[in-house]
Amino acid sequence: MRDTFAQAFYDEAQRNPKLFLVVADISPASKISNFRQEFPTRFIDVGVAEQTMIGLAAGLALRGCKPFAYTIANFSIYRPFEQVRNDVCYQNLPVTVVGMGAGITYSPLGATHHTIEDVAVMSAIPNMSVLAPCDPAEVTEAVFVASRHKGPVYLRLGKAGEPNLTAYAEPFRFGKVRQLKAGDHFAILSYGPITKMAMDLAAKLDSEGSRSAAVYSVHTLKPLDQDGIAALLNRFPVVVVIEEHVERGGLGSQVKQVAWDSRASCNLHTFSLRDEFLHVYGSQDDIRRAHGLSLDQIYPTLIAS
Amino acid sequence: MFDVAVARQRCRRLRRRILDISQNVSALHIAPAFSCLEILDTIYFGLFCRNSDGSSPDTFLLSKGHGAMAQYVILEELGILSQAELDGYCQPDGHIGAHPDYGLPGIEASTGSLGHGLPMALGICLANRENKLQSTTYLVMSDGELMEGSTWEAVLAAPNVGATDLIVFVDLNGFVSATPISVRHPNILPVERKFQAFGWDVCSIDGHDQQAIFQAARTKSPSSPLAVVAKTVKGKGVSYMENQGIWHYRSPSPLEYHQALRELEEGQ
Repeated sequence: MRDTFAQAFYDEAQRNPKLFLVVADISPASKISNFRQEFPTRFIDVGVAEQTMIGLAAGLALRGCKPFAYTIANFSIYRPFEQVRNDVCYQNLPVTVVGMGAGITYSPLGATHHTIEDVAVMSAIPNMSVLAPCDPAEVTEAVFVASRHKGPVYLRLGKAGEPNLTAYAEPFRFGKVRQLKAGDHFAILSYGPITKMAMDLAAKLDSEGSRSAAVYSVHTLKPLDQDGIAALLNRFPVVVVIEEHVERGGLGSQVKQVAWDSRASCNLHTFSLRDEFLHVYGSQDDIRRAHGLSLDQIYPTLIAS
Repeated sequence: MFDVAVARQRCRRLRRRILDISQNVSALHIAPAFSCLEILDTIYFGLFCRNSDGSSPDTFLLSKGHGAMAQYVILEELGILSQAELDGYCQPDGHIGAHPDYGLPGIEASTGSLGHGLPMALGICLANRENKLQSTTYLVMSDGELMEGSTWEAVLAAPNVGATDLIVFVDLNGFVSATPISVRHPNILPVERKFQAFGWDVCSIDGHDQQAIFQAARTKSPSSPLAVVAKTVKGKGVSYMENQGIWHYRSPSPLEYHQALRELEEGQ
């Protein structure tokens, strides 16, 4: 995702002279270094100074530029939270705050470097839109949308090496859930890199039973496609949410809210991170498992549903 | 040319206008507005480049948003805000509040939470540079903002990122809210050497001497941002408000109001 972001941003920035990249001590990798070489005045490294990164980006936007502010997710939104809220969202400026390595991507670095509640926190701010692409191809779509959006965007990214999941998907539309795979009994809703687990789960459900599973990418967490989700809750006997985020304020709790509002009668299972800081290290999958998020832990619940 | 005698008369009129508005609301930041009034007046009427239609390529940010009343009365004087708009200050049917709001005529950024102005000013400077716009960004910050980490982040970053068309006035009135800095937070002082150490040009002036304010900005070198440390008096112009912490956020009673008006008249 990181390299795809770099490529997509570089492609957009070549066409649009208003695009800036403001970073806080991030070494320009892949196409970002090309961008820096070709447009040195549009690449601004403020150093380890995240409040300045966001405030400066807001200042650029006040003068008609379209900045992307980019660093590791916890630093792009938590340290400068008030700048994101006041400078960007209150003034409703077209700044895209990029959170790289969101969720528990940086598994061995510990909870200081995790964002397990970022969707909840960013979604709570008026004017903010929240995008969480599930694979590199969706990153390209998200960068396309964000660089044309008239207001603030939080772009939640994984890190590197994610597989493409959307080769046979419906077209990407901002604010709409997107079917990645068809099915008839289960509808699995997910976002971000953990959507790979949703795809694997669907394949397992398909292969071991008479019932098949559809998978949907909820790449736009805000504005959430409430109608689209209500339609899925109405159509499928079993709806499942899998997310690398705590349930409160994440997709899990929001789908439950839609289910209540739309008087849904399906079985609804949500699998989210626990409301805890776990002192567990290892790989991203190791920590997901410690939170109860693995194929083996989720599958039995669904097969019994 | 900037006429200091005219400016002095204008500032007296502006103070009177602020006092008038104070009689319509239960509280307003009157003393913080009085401490920076001469600085703002000099920026708007002396330092701003003016196009033939009166508009300016320059930018002013009031990072100490609680001094907004000083900016509002100047914008009214310039015809950018109407009298009716300003009469609606903090009224339920008005749209002007205690802090500057982006979108209001003449307000370039929403401020009020301290330490937010300077990072935004850097972005404005760099956007102007990219757009090849000859423009100076002026910013007024309070001495209280010198306690915010974001201020020092941006002070450190400004020369590094090449934000040089930038003049920051520090309204050094010596109080944070109602507390004297020299008593509670003495290590903020001296301010000058801190900016110097971070690569800025620095000068110190009397922040109520409009000739000095004007000259300080006019002598700026093009290669560095400039910090003008302006020593001011909180509540300047009304004896019982000067250096009295309680006037950080209080409206005068009718009796106090009339005394203030008399003092302004006598000060002529």
